[in-house]
Amino acid sequence: MKSRFLAGPYIAWMAIFTVVPLGMVVYFAFTDNSGAFTFANLTYAWEYWPVLLRSVWYAVAACLICLVVGYPVAYVIAQSTASVQRVLYLLVTLPMCMSFLLRTLAWVALLRDTGLINSFLGLFGIGPAPLIRNSGSVIMGMVYNYLPYMIMPLYTVIAKLDPRLIEAAQDLGCGSFQTFRRVVLPLSVPGIVSGITMVFVPAVSTFYISQKLGGTEDIMIGDIIERQFKGNLNQNLGAAMSLILMVLVFISIGLMNRFTDDEEVATI
Amino acid sequence: MSKELIRLVDCRMDFDGETVLDSINIYFNDSEFLTLLGPSGCGKTTTLRIIGGFLQPTSGDVLFDGVRINDVPPHKRRVNTVFQKYALFPHLNVFENIAFGLRIAKVPEAEIRERVAEMIGIVSLKGFEKRKPGQLSGGQQQRVAIARALVNRPKVLLLDEPLGALDLRLRKDMQNELKRIQQQLGITFIYVTHDQEEALAMSDTVVVMDRGRIQQIGTPEDIYNEPKNAFVADFIGESNILDGVMRADYVVEFFGRKFRCLDRGFAKDEPVDVVIRPEDVDIVPPDSGHLCGTVTSVTFKGVHYDTIVDFRGFKWLIQTTDLHQPGEYIGIKLTPNDIHVMKKSVYSGMFGDYSSYSAEYDEINDPDAVIGGEESPEEALNEE
Repeated sequence: MKSRFLAGPYIAWMAIFTVVPLGMVVYFAFTDNSGAFTFANLTYAWEYWPVLLRSVWYAVAACLICLVVGYPVAYVIAQSTASVQRVLYLLVTLPMCMSFLLRTLAWVALLRDTGLINSFLGLFGIGPAPLIRNSGSVIMGMVYNYLPYMIMPLYTVIAKLDPRLIEAAQDLGCGSFQTFRRVVLPLSVPGIVSGITMVFVPAVSTFYISQKLGGTEDIMIGDIIERQFKGNLNQNLGAAMSLILMVLVFISIGLMNRFTDDEEVATI
Repeated sequence: MSKELIRLVDCRMDFDGETVLDSINIYFNDSEFLTLLGPSGCGKTTTLRIIGGFLQPTSGDVLFDGVRINDVPPHKRRVNTVFQKYALFPHLNVFENIAFGLRIAKVPEAEIRERVAEMIGIVSLKGFEKRKPGQLSGGQQQRVAIARALVNRPKVLLLDEPLGALDLRLRKDMQNELKRIQQQLGITFIYVTHDQEEALAMSDTVVVMDRGRIQQIGTPEDIYNEPKNAFVADFIGESNILDGVMRADYVVEFFGRKFRCLDRGFAKDEPVDVVIRPEDVDIVPPDSGHLCGTVTSVTFKGVHYDTIVDFRGFKWLIQTTDLHQPGEYIGIKLTPNDIHVMKKSVYSGMFGDYSSYSAEYDEINDPDAVIGGEESPEEALNEE
C-alpha cells in the first residue's frame, strides 16, 4: 500500500536510531569492560536507589503541580473564543521556542543570592532568601519547563468536549461545580493521563535543571547517568542505570494507562 | 380543560444584531403535545432553548405557572431536555446516564434503582443497563436520552429534533412510542422538528414558524386544511398556490374563471392566494373539465402518481392513483371545498408554480358563470 511506502523512511530511521541503540544499551548494561556477561552493573546501579527515588518524587511533584496549575489554564483557553484561543495557546507554547538551557540559566539569574529577586528584597533589608539550591527550586524549574506539555493535551481534550454535554448536565440539575466534577473532569481524564505522561517522562530523567537550580543534595538520576558517560567513563554502569530508568518509565506509563483502559474515554 | 403552564410574552432574540426571534407570543398548556415546526433558521430551536433556560431573550418575559423565570438557570427549572443527537454522557453506562439527574438531586439509592428500572421498562431497554452509549444503536441512544430526561418527572419535556438522526422506519416507531409515553405520563411535550409529517402525526397543537415569527398556531387538521398564508400552505404538504381575486363572499376568480368556495369576509375584488392540494384535484375527460391541460411528467410514488399538468404555462401538481401518460390532454374538476382562499402575505408569489396567468382561459367558456354551481357552500358540502 502507498501509505506503508510513505511510512518507510521513518520506520528505517526508527530501526537505525532507536531500536539498534536500545539493543546497545541492553548489551552494555549486561556486560563488563571486556564484553563478558555480568549482572554487576545492575547490582551496582541499584545502590543509587535513593537518587532514583528522589528523581521519581521530584517528577511526581512537578507533575501534580503542572496539573493543578495547567488544568484551569487549559480550561480557560478552551472556553475562549477562537481568536483569543489562538493568542493564549501561542503564549503557552512561546517559551518552548527559546532554548531550554537559556531558560534554566535565566532562572539562576533570577533566584541566586545575588540575583534579581534577592537584590530587590535586599533594598528593604530582607534576605538573601534561600531561593535556589534546594528541592523547591528544582521542582519549580521542572514545572516551568514542562508546563506546556501538560497544558497542550488538556486543552485538546477539553476543547473537543461537546458543549451539549455540559448543557445536558445543567439541564439535569447540575450547578457549575457539579457539572465540572461529574462531566467535564471525568471526560478530561485522557488529557490528564497524556499530560502527566508527557511531563513525568522528561522530568524523571532530567539532569540539567537539577545541576543548575539544585544543591548537592538534589542530584537526580539523570545527572548520575550523565556523569557515567562524561566523567567516570563507565558506560556499562550508565547503560544499566538507563535501563532501570526505562523500565521504571514503562511501568509508570502502564499504570497511567490503566486509568483510560475504558475504551469510550480513550477514543475521545 | 388543561391549564396554562408556560407563556412567552413578546419574546425577542437578537444574535449579533440579527433578529432570530421577533415578538413571540405563545402559551403552552399542561399535558399538551405541542410542536414547533419550521425550516432551519426559523427560530424554533431558539424558542426551545429560551424555555430550557440556555438562552435569555433579548426582551420579553418567560412565565412558568405565572411566575417570571427569565433569570432562573437551567438546573433550577422543572424542565428537562432531550437534546439533538442525544448528548449522552459517554463515560457513564445506561443506568448511570438515566440516574444522573436523580443522583444530583440526592434521591435515596433505593428510590433511584426503582425509578431508573421503571424508566428502563417504559423505554424498553431492559438488559442494556451496563452498556455504554457508544455500544448502543441510534434508536437505543434516543430512548436513553428520553428516559434520562423523564426520570426526573419534569413538568415539561423539551425535545429538539430528537428523531432527526434515525432512519425512516425507526422514526415511525419512535413517533408512536413518544406519543404513547406522553399520553401515559401526562407530561407536556414541546417538540421541535422541521418534518411536517412528524408534526402532524404526533401533535395536539402545531406552531408553524418562519423567519423568527409564528406563522400559524392550530391543530394539525387546522394547519393542513386552513393554512393562513402561502408559507404554511407550502411547508405543510404540497400545494398549488395561485393568484386569485375574491369577487364576492364564496366566489373566487382565478385563471379567468369564477369558482365557488367556502371562504368569506374578504373585501370585494381583494387579491388573494388560492391553495389547491394536489390530492384534492379530480382528473376527468377534457370535455367535462373546469380547466384543461397537458400532462408533462409522471412520477410513481408508491401510493400515487405525482402528475405534473401544464395549464398553458402554469404547472400544477396533481396526485392521483390513475396513471395518465405524459402528453395526454386532460380536464380537472374542482369542488368548493377543494379550494382554499388565503389573504395575501409577504410570502405570496414565493411558493407553488407561479408562471404567468394565461389569458387564453378567458375564451374557454362564459367568463361569468360560477363553476361549482350557484347554490350556497353549505349545500355544496352536503352533497359530498
